[in-house]
Amino acid sequence: MQLKTPTSPHIHADTSVTAVMSRVLLALVPAIIGYVYFFGWGLPIQIAIAITAGLGFEAAMLRLRQRPIKPFLQDGSVIVTAVLLAFCIPPLCPWWIIVIGMFFAVVVAKQLYGGLGYNPFNPAMVGYVVLLISFPKEMTSWVPPEILNNLEVRFTDTLAIVFLGDFPYKLSLDALTMATPLDTVKTELSLSKTVGEIKSGNAIFGDFGGIGWEWIGNWLFLGGVWLIYKKVISWHIPLAMLGSLFAIAMIFYLKDASNYASPMFHIFSGAAMLGAFFIATDPVSACTTPMGKVVFGAGVGVLTYIIRVWGGYPDGVAFAVLLMNMAAPTIDYYTRPRVYGHPRG
Amino acid sequence: MIRKLFDFHGGVNLRQHKKETTQHPVQTAALPKRLILPLHQHIGHPAEPVVAVGDKVFKSQLIARPVSDISAAVHASSSGKVVDICEHDIPHPSGLKAPCIIIETDGFDRSRRESVRTHNLNDLSPAQIRNIIHQAGIVGLGGAGFPATIKLNPGDKKVETLIINGAECEPYITCDEMLIREQAVEIIEGVLIMRQALQASRCVIAIENRKFKTLDIMNKMVARSGYDFIEVVAVPTVYPAGGEKQLIQVITGQEVPSQGLPIDIGVVCQNIATAYAACRAVEHGEPLISRYVTIAGSVVKPRNLEVRIGTPISDLIEQCGGNRQTLSKLIIGGPMMGFALHNDDVPVVKTTNCILVNSVIADVPLPSRSVSAMPCIRCGACADACPMNLLPQQLYWYAKAKDFDKVQEYDLFDCIECGCCDYVCPSHIPLVQYYRFAKTEIWNQEREKQFADYSRQRHEFHNYRLEREKQEREARHKQKRAEVTGQKDGDSKQAAIQAALERVRQKREQSAVKPKNTDNLTTEQQQLIAEVEARRAKKTTIKNKH
Ligand code: SF4
Ligand code: SF4
Repeated sequence: MQLKTPTSPHIHADTSVTAVMSRVLLALVPAIIGYVYFFGWGLPIQIAIAITAGLGFEAAMLRLRQRPIKPFLQDGSVIVTAVLLAFCIPPLCPWWIIVIGMFFAVVVAKQLYGGLGYNPFNPAMVGYVVLLISFPKEMTSWVPPEILNNLEVRFTDTLAIVFLGDFPYKLSLDALTMATPLDTVKTELSLSKTVGEIKSGNAIFGDFGGIGWEWIGNWLFLGGVWLIYKKVISWHIPLAMLGSLFAIAMIFYLKDASNYASPMFHIFSGAAMLGAFFIATDPVSACTTPMGKVVFGAGVGVLTYIIRVWGGYPDGVAFAVLLMNMAAPTIDYYTRPRVYGHPRG
Repeated sequence: MIRKLFDFHGGVNLRQHKKETTQHPVQTAALPKRLILPLHQHIGHPAEPVVAVGDKVFKSQLIARPVSDISAAVHASSSGKVVDICEHDIPHPSGLKAPCIIIETDGFDRSRRESVRTHNLNDLSPAQIRNIIHQAGIVGLGGAGFPATIKLNPGDKKVETLIINGAECEPYITCDEMLIREQAVEIIEGVLIMRQALQASRCVIAIENRKFKTLDIMNKMVARSGYDFIEVVAVPTVYPAGGEKQLIQVITGQEVPSQGLPIDIGVVCQNIATAYAACRAVEHGEPLISRYVTIAGSVVKPRNLEVRIGTPISDLIEQCGGNRQTLSKLIIGGPMMGFALHNDDVPVVKTTNCILVNSVIADVPLPSRSVSAMPCIRCGACADACPMNLLPQQLYWYAKAKDFDKVQEYDLFDCIECGCCDYVCPSHIPLVQYYRFAKTEIWNQEREKQFADYSRQRHEFHNYRLEREKQEREARHKQKRAEVTGQKDGDSKQAAIQAALERVRQKREQSAVKPKNTDNLTTEQQQLIAEVEARRAKKTTIKNKH
């Protein structure tokens, strides 16, 4: 009689890559709802475009590389990339922008490096940076929440804007969009206004960051904490990143409050919250040792601040993440934990 | 007293599945028609048969003797006739056959009364206790099956804590739990015996904190015994809290040094069933011929049985209502570290603690690996789960790339193959399989290297021998010639002895500490020494030549 002889362990936790990715997506749902509430239907439309394009690119590349298509399309990683990229681009962008973004994210940053698990850089951030550099105008045209609310841009209107470039009420993109809070602070500081003046003279600012942005930040935070609770991500990177961003902003804020925005502003603006919980924590391209994650997160936080304040771009999360991605293997190497039974120190 | 416990890194929470097999009192398994007793049921040297085919044997009679200290005796677990000594399937992951003594039982189950010798613990020295346990063929019953006496011999090291491991952290296995419930008094006796052998200061009996009933019984029994140096500790129910290294960490807060032994930090860890066996041996004069075995999985009556060593596993499955027709998989041990059998015609051996039949896996479907293994997504779940604080993901990368230097740099050999990393990996990568592969490869390389070294040495020795023979031949020729030419040779021999004597004398004067008993030597003795010296001098010159 011949019995089956698998090797140990003979049981396995009820988990899979798909399950991990699904949890990440689930954690993003509150923020997506908040986003729709403040900014209208742009985001879901962009997400839909991004997912469709992403899956198409992935399938084509898998085919070219002669890899099994089904399991890799099911793993959910493309969908996470798509949602993250959609979060980063202005919701009323024309459709082809995010398609190009997904091309760079999936084809160049992921598949050409060997597919799932082999990409040294965060695919969504690669896509985003390419777009930011190539299409600066489209990529910085954000529509502030209150305008959208006043105009009542409906779902079909949004579709028309994204796909046809048709604006309702005979408006144009220029008339609708405004700079983001981070942008505003940056430009106006260079016009030697103080942070206080900028904030009081501009309707887009809320308590900490921009109106609407703050709330989305809260929901992202909530989703992130849930991911930590579910052990999908560990606390190291988010805490280190937000902590270091807060600390360095605090130093400059205390030194000169009129020229440097408050730490809370930095944490609740731009992609900081998204970056801390959903982008910098991307397992494939981040550090993996506990100590390495702390170093990695802190690096992202500090670089974000430096790029925001002294760099050429209003937000620095994407660049910071990509820069730290490059350092990740080295950091991992030098932060190996002490193995059981090995001498301390 | 509530002892402060310590944490170990990682670990996983597993579904226990222990209820099914702890409902009924333990019964004795039926006497099988045939007993298959492997000569090698332990780590170390196989035992050597002392019976021949056709011999009648009594129950408990020695049928194979240990050939060294790292070996264990084998006894007949029932009376009958030795019908064969041959290669037979044994429970081993390799599925290979090994020499076994086959006994056809006569159904009387008779032992020779007069052979039973009982002892009084107080009269026994540690060495005597070890000897009794050695003769009884007791090995570590919890895991690998190292001869028990080795861990009961601390040498010149001081044993602070004797840990009795009753944690049994793998799912399904409950034989130790049932043993505690039913034989707590004898276990405590066994602990005393081991303590005496080790001269240990204190003893800790570790039981998982969710085994309320079992803990309760043990606590009561220890309290009743009145020994204040024995302590029952409820350890957390996390796999692998019952692993030796982790258990030691939980209880003492110390780590066993890498490549070291628990004794290096003053700890000895023994399985609870081993303690029981020690009691049976010392106080009742019984060798190790039976043990508690859990039979679980898809059988009608999952339970624990007291099984004679050598009983075919197929018999046990039948007794528990398993169906031989639908048998597809048999796992010996737990689902995390156990191994699968190639067929069911193998005996229970001393280390067999649990038999899992077929679909134990049903509750957590294990997708067939080859289809579903995805690339590593570097999520780090494996590192979070590793109780040795290794980086399983890096080990995997390097093992896969066959970079055996790197894999050792990442401390592959500290991996205890507990399977935690594998269990949690969302990509379903068979990580442990990679580690086993890498370890085997490295061992093979080492062996090849050693073999090469050995061959080189043999070659060199061969050359040396040829040279020596040539010289000896020449020397003989010379002597012959000398004999022909006169008595010169005898003179030269005498002269050499004289010279050697002179050297010895000088040397003795030079060395400050004189060797004992070298004064007042008789001439005869001096002559002897001188001859030895001369021989040695001659050898040195030969050696120097090479
Ligand atoms: S758990 Fe699996 S996928 Fe995650 S890092 Fe470890 S090996 Fe890679
Ligand atoms: S099998 Fe080895 S590497 Fe994996 S968790 Fe256990 S000790 Fe760590």
